Amino acid sequence: MKNILSNVTKPIVPWLVPSFILLCWQLFSWFHLIPERILPSPLAVLAAAYKLLVTGELMDHMLISLGRALIGFVIGGAIGFILGLVNGIFRHAELFLDTSIQMIRNIPHLALIPLVILWFGIDETAKIFLVALGVLFPVYINTYHGIKSVDKGLIEMGNAYGLKGRLMFFHIILPGAMSSILVGLRFSLGVMWLTLIVAETISTHVGIGYMAMNAREFMQMDVIVLSIIIYALFGKFSDMIARFFERKLLHWNA
Amino acid sequence: MEYKWIERTHILLDQVKKSYHQLEVLKGIHLSIQQGEFIAIVGKSGCGKSTLLRLIAGLEPATEGNIYVNRQALNSLNQDARIMFQDGRLLPWKTVIDNIAIGLPKEMKEKAFDSLKNVGLSQREHDYPRKLSGGQQQRVALARALVHNPEILLLDEPLGALDALTRLEMQALIEALWLNKKFTAILVTHDVEEAVAIADRVVLIENGLIKLNQQIDLPRPRQRTHSKFSLYVDQILKLIMNKQQSSVQEDNQIRTISG
Repeated sequence: MKNILSNVTKPIVPWLVPSFILLCWQLFSWFHLIPERILPSPLAVLAAAYKLLVTGELMDHMLISLGRALIGFVIGGAIGFILGLVNGIFRHAELFLDTSIQMIRNIPHLALIPLVILWFGIDETAKIFLVALGVLFPVYINTYHGIKSVDKGLIEMGNAYGLKGRLMFFHIILPGAMSSILVGLRFSLGVMWLTLIVAETISTHVGIGYMAMNAREFMQMDVIVLSIIIYALFGKFSDMIARFFERKLLHWNA
Repeated sequence: MEYKWIERTHILLDQVKKSYHQLEVLKGIHLSIQQGEFIAIVGKSGCGKSTLLRLIAGLEPATEGNIYVNRQALNSLNQDARIMFQDGRLLPWKTVIDNIAIGLPKEMKEKAFDSLKNVGLSQREHDYPRKLSGGQQQRVALARALVHNPEILLLDEPLGALDALTRLEMQALIEALWLNKKFTAILVTHDVEEAVAIADRVVLIENGLIKLNQQIDLPRPRQRTHSKFSLYVDQILKLIMNKQQSSVQEDNQIRTISG
């Protein structure tokens, strides 16, 4: 009985606090404790979402933002992952490349915005470039670190049992580095959204960030709040994806 | 001192020395091991016994001297040998059966089941190593070592981390498998009783040199209550302890004894 109960309540419990806040927010708005001009009520935000959804505008903005995020993530993630692998495995590559990567890593990538605008203009390339750059380093660092910290005893065991090259990599090194790689993945998803939000507020004509900046011009508080909530949901969604991979790839550790 | 090859010699260590940086760990080891013999190497921690085993495994090269296996000088990984480590070194992300089958061609996976059965754990094939006790993990490691039917089994204190009862069980298991499969076994241990209980010959290493090379003439299965059993244990322990007492006085004297 107790088990059934916990199975029902388990998915609900994490949502209690957000629901409670939402409820208070709605109540305060109803009693005009929060002026509409400062913060619109949740229902007003919902209404704005509905209005934008019907016109198809919201979908366009969301898809464009999601597309930028994903393309940037795949490019940056792939480069970071490969560099991490190569530098983690080959000592010569590490010697050759690591110092340069560390130097670039220490530049806040958002500081490059003026330069990026001059290079790529204000269209898609600039945003994707920034996202890719932001995502690259957490993936690189964690992949590299993961490979470096694979138990030396296991590698020696692999050697003693005749594992070489590909076998050694897929059976020992990659699985050994996986938990660290996934930490990098999770971290980089956060960086991905952060970068996108900043990049989209600078200069663009479509995307969630644009929607928010545009709404500011017209004092549409409900749309501004809506965009912020969409970012929050995107963030939660990507976290769920990361967790899914963790469960899938690290199930032996559960 | 020259060693001659006799027919059954399996492994021959000829003036083997090993240094790490300036530190000489092995200072010239002569040892000849017969086909199917069970050798125990004892000594205090840091005496170089594990290093010796790693050299025989071919995991590291000797600084000087040669190791011959089946009359061939060893200069890379020893393909005839499988090693079992003190920590099981099972891959935590692989199930028991996949751990045993590591490095085994797919079509030979059947052999992994047989090997697991030999160590008495066939029920646990799909469990992950973390679900197993320390003793069970070492059984899996033993199964993994034996699945390749090695001519030489190297045991690097594999029972050191186990509790006393599990240890006796594992000793019996290793002895039974050895009697059955007739491989050459080299066991590194700090437990003199364990060495006398299981080995044909006990080699005591001290300061990087062989101090004692003692044949154990006891019938198998060995009885720990046998009067000669405790004589052997006492004799070896005394040699180890002597060093400890005299080392307080002067280090140079011992060198001459052991050299």
